[in-house]
Amino acid sequence: MLAFLIQRVLQAIFVMFVVALISFSLFHYVGDPVMNMLGQEATEADRAALRAQLGLDQPVVVQFWHFIVNAAQFEFGISYRSARPVTDLILERLPATLELAIVSAIFAVVMGIGLGIYTALRRRSWLANFIMTASLIGVSLPTFLIGVLLIYIFAVELGVLPAFGRGETVRIGNWWSTGLLTASGLRSLILPAITLGLFQLTLIMRLVRAEMLEVLSTDYIKFARARGLSKRVVNLRHALKNTMIPVITIIGLQLGTIIAFAIITETVFQWPGVGALFITAVRFVDVPVMAAYLMMIALVFVVINLVVDLLYYAVDPRLRAQGGGK
Amino acid sequence: MSSTPSSDNQRLDQRSAAPVAGHEPGTAGQEPVLSVRRLRVEFPTRHGTLVALDDVSFDIAPGEVLGVVGESGAGKSMTGNAVIRLLEPPGRIAEGEIHLSGKRIDNLPEDEFVPLRGRHIGMIFQDPLTSLNPLFSIGDQLVETIRAHLPMNEREAREEALKLLCEVGIPAPESRLDSYPHQFSGGMRQRVVIALALAARPEFIIADEPTTALDVSVQAQILALLKRLCADHGTAVMLVTHDMGVIAETADRVAVMYAGRLIEIGPVDEVVRNPQHPYTKGLMASIPGITKKLERLYQIEGSMPRLAAIPSGCAFNPRCPHAQKRCRDERPDLMPAEGSRAACWLHDPVDPLPPRQDVEGREVSHVR
Repeated sequence: MLAFLIQRVLQAIFVMFVVALISFSLFHYVGDPVMNMLGQEATEADRAALRAQLGLDQPVVVQFWHFIVNAAQFEFGISYRSARPVTDLILERLPATLELAIVSAIFAVVMGIGLGIYTALRRRSWLANFIMTASLIGVSLPTFLIGVLLIYIFAVELGVLPAFGRGETVRIGNWWSTGLLTASGLRSLILPAITLGLFQLTLIMRLVRAEMLEVLSTDYIKFARARGLSKRVVNLRHALKNTMIPVITIIGLQLGTIIAFAIITETVFQWPGVGALFITAVRFVDVPVMAAYLMMIALVFVVINLVVDLLYYAVDPRLRAQGGGK
Repeated sequence: MSSTPSSDNQRLDQRSAAPVAGHEPGTAGQEPVLSVRRLRVEFPTRHGTLVALDDVSFDIAPGEVLGVVGESGAGKSMTGNAVIRLLEPPGRIAEGEIHLSGKRIDNLPEDEFVPLRGRHIGMIFQDPLTSLNPLFSIGDQLVETIRAHLPMNEREAREEALKLLCEVGIPAPESRLDSYPHQFSGGMRQRVVIALALAARPEFIIADEPTTALDVSVQAQILALLKRLCADHGTAVMLVTHDMGVIAETADRVAVMYAGRLIEIGPVDEVVRNPQHPYTKGLMASIPGITKKLERLYQIEGSMPRLAAIPSGCAFNPRCPHAQKRCRDERPDLMPAEGSRAACWLHDPVDPLPPRQDVEGREVSHVR
């Protein structure tokens, strides 16, 4: 178990190192920040001064070393555009993205597993067939289109939900601002959360259904029935737990995707999150922000993968046995 | 219909030398624990209805072991699945009745049937490697089964689980209760499966090929265990297998199935030593013996018909050396035949069909 954990952590560190290398190389291939920041009229002396200030005059290896050391302490330098520390910019925006991502992940997981179980157990009913057909639409429509459609229906036509923004927010502690505590904040959250979670929902639902159908046809489920266990126990205890192993993997990966792909949803709904920050950064070649964003997303994926691996251990006794003897 | 179970039993009493005391199948006046009458199972498909079981009737007395043999697809497992109502959809019981200890159960609504499983009808499956849920410890699986049927709390159920594991011969059960199925060998797993099937002391269990997936060396142990436990608890067994050796060793009576029909049923000694139905004769002749030295094994010409193409009359007629017009037109019911009952016109009590004879006057045989 411990050996496994150490091995996975080392792997994670390696992945982060590679991502750091890619992020760092952005600084050298995406335009010249000094040019962008000072414009054409700046003198050579001004440029040299700024170069020194940004550390761009040092050898590449040294720069990379500084980059990694700083990144490890969540220091990503100064934004070229707003001249503020990148970390502050991201922290300011992070609560909005995390709240959106978590709410839509919960929506996707709860509804996905629920509907997956339903469509598997009642696979001949018309409602299950309807859900399956509808889910095809969910899978095939691009996110931005779903967002625009939802805005059109609920904000423009029905006028019941806000079309953009985050509504009122409340500050908790030093830097966390939440929209979950105000009515307008919650109302603003509904459409983006559905937009962001819909694709994951249909994916999880279809996966749960397929896995559940496979598990329901196994001998141990038949034997559980033959032992006289109630339908509920057989379906929700015996079948569901076995269904969960592949589902956990997908849910884990999809959580990362939700955060990463929040960019599109945030753009459509003008959601003041990290994704929108990244889009702005791309437009202005704000390399430190882009690099920091890349590192952050990579970290999210790596951490989630680690958690998923640990969850396998919790769910499947066969893995536990291999690691720790009997 | 054919003769009643009691007349069958009387014949049995006269013929079989000495059935084990207290284990006489269907002692007169004793109500059968399971009684299946004219059972018909159908599978509606796009290309018409397939009849998987057709007019199957038999009884099992308390404590009796009934072996059910036949080729793959003959309907052995189907019969067990129909009794415990675990037919794969779209399979369904189309006709007939099933009585458990005198109570009709085939027409019970599902929520009344579920509590019967495990409590009154147990079932053991072929493959112990896949019968147990890999994600739950065997203690969990035993406790949940016990508590589903008996009014026990967690602690009492655990003690009962220990007792069961002891009874099925798991060494050091205290230390094994929290183990997971993958930590057991195949034979040990099948012992756990037996413990699970017998956990609520059902009066009848269906053992569907219980030893087929096991090492030959373990098979005998598991059979002996099953036989001993069922004798101790007075549990009746329907032992489904294609292994005549298992039947001869374990069963009191044997039922032979062919193309979804019951074609011969009788005491195991009679059917093995003196089979009456031409198919059973072929089946017995095709079993290799250690003592007999043969150039090649006997075989019955042809193969069992597919469900979609069962011939009219006797299902065996295209392969039967004695087949005549009547066999192709009329379907025979079970009728008394020497020590057993066989579904064959050769044994028609009113107008028996004469067996075909070869030029030297010997009865022809389909085996060669």
